[in-house]
Amino acid sequence: MFGFWGTKKETNEPPAQNGWFQKIKSGLTATRNLFSKRVNDLFFGGGKLDEEMLEKLEEILITSDIGVSTSLKLVDHLRQLLKKGSINTPEQLQEALKTELLDILSQVAKPMSVGDHQGLGTIMLVGVNGTGKTTATGKIAKLFHQDGKKVILAAADTFRAAAIDQLEVWAYRAECPLIKHAHGADPAAVVFDAITASKARQADILLIDTAGRLHTKINLMEELKKIGRVLDREIPEAPRETLLVLDATTGQNAIQQAKLFSESVPLSGIILTKLDGTAKGGIIITLADEMKLPVKLIGVGEGIDDLREFNPDYFVTALFEG
Amino acid sequence: MFDNLTNKLDSIFKKLRSKGVLTEDNINESLREVRLALLEADVNFKVVKEFIEKVKVRAVGQEVLKSLTPGQQVIKVVHEELIELLSGGTHAPAPLNPKKDKLNIWMMAGLQGSGKTTAAAKLANLMKKQGYRPMLAAGDIYRPAAIQQLEVLGQKIDVPVFSLGDKVSPVEICKKAKEAAEAKDCNLLILDTAGRLHIDEELMKELQDIREAVSPSETFLVCDAMIGQDAVNVAKQFHESIGTTGLILSKLDGDARGGAILSIRSVTGQPIRFASVGEKIEDLELFLPERMASRILGMGDVIGLIEKVKDSISMDEAEAMKEKMQNQSFTFEDFRKQLKAIKSMGSLDSILNMIPGVGKNLPKEAMEESDVQMRRFEAIINSMTLEERLTPDLINSSRKQRIARGSGTSVQEINQLIKQFDQLKKMMKMFQKQTQKKRFGRFNPAR
Repeated sequence: MFGFWGTKKETNEPPAQNGWFQKIKSGLTATRNLFSKRVNDLFFGGGKLDEEMLEKLEEILITSDIGVSTSLKLVDHLRQLLKKGSINTPEQLQEALKTELLDILSQVAKPMSVGDHQGLGTIMLVGVNGTGKTTATGKIAKLFHQDGKKVILAAADTFRAAAIDQLEVWAYRAECPLIKHAHGADPAAVVFDAITASKARQADILLIDTAGRLHTKINLMEELKKIGRVLDREIPEAPRETLLVLDATTGQNAIQQAKLFSESVPLSGIILTKLDGTAKGGIIITLADEMKLPVKLIGVGEGIDDLREFNPDYFVTALFEG
Repeated sequence: MFDNLTNKLDSIFKKLRSKGVLTEDNINESLREVRLALLEADVNFKVVKEFIEKVKVRAVGQEVLKSLTPGQQVIKVVHEELIELLSGGTHAPAPLNPKKDKLNIWMMAGLQGSGKTTAAAKLANLMKKQGYRPMLAAGDIYRPAAIQQLEVLGQKIDVPVFSLGDKVSPVEICKKAKEAAEAKDCNLLILDTAGRLHIDEELMKELQDIREAVSPSETFLVCDAMIGQDAVNVAKQFHESIGTTGLILSKLDGDARGGAILSIRSVTGQPIRFASVGEKIEDLELFLPERMASRILGMGDVIGLIEKVKDSISMDEAEAMKEKMQNQSFTFEDFRKQLKAIKSMGSLDSILNMIPGVGKNLPKEAMEESDVQMRRFEAIINSMTLEERLTPDLINSSRKQRIARGSGTSVQEINQLIKQFDQLKKMMKMFQKQTQKKRFGRFNPAR
C-alpha cells in the first residue's frame, strides 16, 4: 500500500540497510532486548537442551503475553522435535522456534485490500478505549495523502469529549477533509454523510474513526453494527478493512475483544499500537493462532511515520536479533 | 478455563484417597491448575510463582471443612490469600482522607490511553461529592485536544479547569495551577498529565520536575484493567522514577480478569485506591479487594450484579412491580417492562455469568436461544394494543393472527408466550403464599 517503503517480499533475508527494517528494529528495541536476551541467554548460556530448558522457554513465552495454551503448543512441538533427534544444537532450537512463530504469523498474513484498488475503499478502526484509534486514523490519513491518495475522514467518535477536536487536528496535519457532526450525534449518520461526500468528491479512501467501546457493552456494539449496515447498504462493492486497534500492552483479554468485535463487525485485521514500550505484543501470535486474525499495521513510535506495515519475517527476525 | 476452576479441582481430588486433610501431595496437582488459571488472568509469571508458594504453605495441613469439598477448600485458601495480597492484609493502608483546610495536590500518571484524563475528572467529581473543592489542571500539552477534553469534562461536573494552552511547559502549568487553586480557595488540585512510556526518560523527567515543583501528596498510576504481563515493568518503572503512592484501575467494566493488578500490587507495594467501572462520570468507586479477588478467580460478581439490577430498575418501579405481583394484577405491559430491564443489563449470558456457580454450567446455545426468545416475546408484546396488554383475556384467535402478522411471528409462538405468562403468574402466586407462610424475606429485585 504505502509505496514509499515498499512491500518487498521477494527476500527472506531482511536487508540491513532497509530503512523500514531499521525503524522496526529500533521501535522493537525494548521488546527485543527483553525477549531476545532472555531467549538467547537461555539457548546459548551453556545449558543442556532438556526439559528444564523447555520449561524456562515456556515461561518466557507466557511472560510475552503469548498465552498459556499457545505457549504450551509451541513448546510441545519443540519437545517432539528434540525427542525425534531433529534438534541437536541451541542454534537449531532457536531456528525451530523462529520457524514456528513465523508459520503462525505468515499463515494468516494478508496485505491491506484498500489502497491500490480503483474507486472508493473504506478503512474503519474499532477497539476498546484508549488503544490509539484516533491517532492511528490520523497517521493513516497522512500516509495515504503523502502517497497521493484522496482521503476523507469521518469523525464517528461522537461520544468521547473532544474526540472530534482531536481528529480535526489530525485532519489539518494530514490535509484531508473531515466529515463531522456535533458531539453526541448518531455515528451511523456521520458515516452516511461521509460516504455521500466520498462519492461526490470521488475520494479513494474513506477513513472512519469510531468511539472506543468495551466489547461487553451491548448498546455500543449495536451502534457499531449499525455503522456496518450503512456501509453494506451504501457501498456494498467497495473493498473494506475493519481493523481492531490493539494496544501492545494488552493481555489475554485481547482474545475476548477480537471475538466480540468480530461478532458485531467482521474484522479483517489488527493494528498493533504502542510497540515502542516494553510490552512484547505476544498476543498477536495467539490471535493469529486462535482467531486467524492477521496484523496489518504496527505502531512503533509517536512520529507520523512510525505507523508501519506489518511484515511477519521482519517482526520475527527483529525479535531474535541482538 | 477459569470458571471451571472449582470443578476441575474437585475432579482432581476425586482421584485421591485421603481427602480429609490437604497435604502437599494432594494439592500439588490442583495448585498447578490454579497457576494456569492465574496466568490466563494475566497475573505475572513471577508473581504467580510466589503466590502459589504462599498458598501452599497456608493450605498444607488444613482440615477440609465439612461443608466444603477439597477443591472448594483450596479455592477458599486461594481466595483469602488473594484478598490479603490485594488489600495489603495487616499492612492495609489507611483510607485516603485528605484534610479539607489546606490544599492537597494529587497527580495522575500513566501510559498513553490508560484513561488519565477521564479518571482525573471522575476523581474530581467523586471528591466534590464528599465536600471537597477540587480544581483540575490540564498538564497534557502533547495529545491533540487533550486540554479541550478536560475542559468539557470539567464543565460537565462544574469543577474549574486550569489551563495555559499547549505552548507552556507542564511544569510551569502545574506551578501556576497551584497558585490559582490557592487563590480560589480550592482544597484539592488534581493534575492531569500526558500519557508516556515508562522507558521515555525525557518525559519521565518531566514528571519528576512536576513533583519537585509542587510536591503532590498522592501520585496515582492510572492503569488499564486489560494490561498483560508487561504491567510489572510499567508499574516498577513508574514507581521507581516518580514514587507512585497508589493505583487507579480503569476500564474495569469490561470482562478482563484484571490479574495484572495483582502483579502491580506485589511489585510496588502500593495500594489500589479507586476503580473505574463505567463510562459515566459517576462511575468511579473505591476499590474493593474482596470483589476483585472473586473476579480474578472467576467466581462471579454478585455485588456487580446487584448494582446492575439497581441501575436498570428504579426503586419505585421495583416497589410497584412487587405490589402488582402480590395482588395478581401483573400484565403484559409489566412483563414488557421487565424484559426491557433485563435487556438493558446485557445479554442473558453475561448476567448469569455474574452468578457464582451458574455461569458456565448452562450451555451457550441455550442461553443464546433464550436471548432470541426474549426478543421475540418483546416483539409480540409490542404488537399488542395497550388494551390487550392490560387485559390478556381479550386476546382471541383473530387478535392472535393480527399480532402474529405485526410481530413477524406465528400464532403458535403467541400461544407459547401466553402459556408462559400464565405459568409465571401461577409461580408468583405460589411464591407469594410461601413467603406469607414463612414470613421470610421479600421478593424485591432491587435489594
